[in-house]
Amino acid sequence: MQLDPKPIGLLAAICVVGGAAWAEPDEDQLTINDELAIVTEAAAPAHMEYVNTIYSGWRFRSDETQAVQMDDFDNPGMLGVENALVNWDTAEGSAGQSCSGCHGAAEEMAGVRAVYPKWNEEKGMVTTLEMEVNNCRETRMGAEKWKYTGGDMTDMVALISSVSRGMPVSVAIDGPAQETWEKGKELYYTRTGQLELSCANCHEDSYGQMIRADHLSQGQINGFPTYRLKNTKLNSVHARFKGCVRDTRAETFSPGSPEFIALELYVASRGNGLSVEGPSVRN
Amino acid sequence: MASGVKPRVKVPKSAAAGDIITIKTLISHKMESGQRKDDDGNIIPRSIINRFTAEFNGQNVIDVVLEPAISTNPFFEFEAVVPEAGEFKFTWYDDDGDVYETAKQIALS
Repeated sequence: MQLDPKPIGLLAAICVVGGAAWAEPDEDQLTINDELAIVTEAAAPAHMEYVNTIYSGWRFRSDETQAVQMDDFDNPGMLGVENALVNWDTAEGSAGQSCSGCHGAAEEMAGVRAVYPKWNEEKGMVTTLEMEVNNCRETRMGAEKWKYTGGDMTDMVALISSVSRGMPVSVAIDGPAQETWEKGKELYYTRTGQLELSCANCHEDSYGQMIRADHLSQGQINGFPTYRLKNTKLNSVHARFKGCVRDTRAETFSPGSPEFIALELYVASRGNGLSVEGPSVRN
Repeated sequence: MASGVKPRVKVPKSAAAGDIITIKTLISHKMESGQRKDDDGNIIPRSIINRFTAEFNGQNVIDVVLEPAISTNPFFEFEAVVPEAGEFKFTWYDDDGDVYETAKQIALS
């Protein structure tokens, strides 16, 4: 039978158009509570060799998911922030101190999220916000450490992030932090697991494409902690890293491990210039 | 009482008579469906908010039946006409018999 080539050509054209609609981040602009403008697109930092423009993960989500983040009342991540505000003012531990005892109002932490992970001179290493929270709890409050990816910890990081929203991410990668940063970069480009995938394979080479039903983002972490619709709770950066590495069918590093700290610094530096967004909403 | 339940509502402080206003409500609740099993294979008992109502000055505005498939932290957004100054009263009914209530005043502008 002779096939008429015309309908097939038409079908192919439709497929191409259908694919193209999902090939790039969308053009939507993010404003929270009708007043706080968020930068979701910026020129890539100089150290990135293969990407020209960086996009927040928000730009890769559906309109419905995007809308949930545009109003704090709708954003379920703010439930975690509320919980953390109670902890912020609660005295704990042998010193009878609360966060607010030293730091004052939570708003005093504005700008902190934007520069972490950061070199800690006293400890002689790069530290994350979670480590600083536990450092405060142990040495200043005399309280028990929180689990690195536990609910109270992630809520507290969400609170500290929420007061920095709109500020540009600006982690330092030079000076004493450079060694850790380079280790993180190495991890980013190292293939892991039975699927032999590196972070870059999906989030640098293939962002904008569909990985089965999911629209691949650049894997930016400016929106963390992130409220995920799939598990209806706030997720920390290291918990997300763990999920990603697990999906390559590899044994994962542990949250709080030196590897993930280095990776967090490197991935954060890939978002230098985007706004702090946490707690964001993703699928 | 189920733990961590806290109702929240967002109602404009004032409106002109006859205005249609948008109301948002959110209650933090785990909404356990009753269809999941724990690590030992036992069914986790159902525990959800099963009904939500809103009243304005005693008159019903909305009355919702919630089913187990509704996700955690149920959120409602709806519109209401404001004929006069008064009070919106919101009520959530929990499976365990608890009733959570909150109210918001609205003035005429």
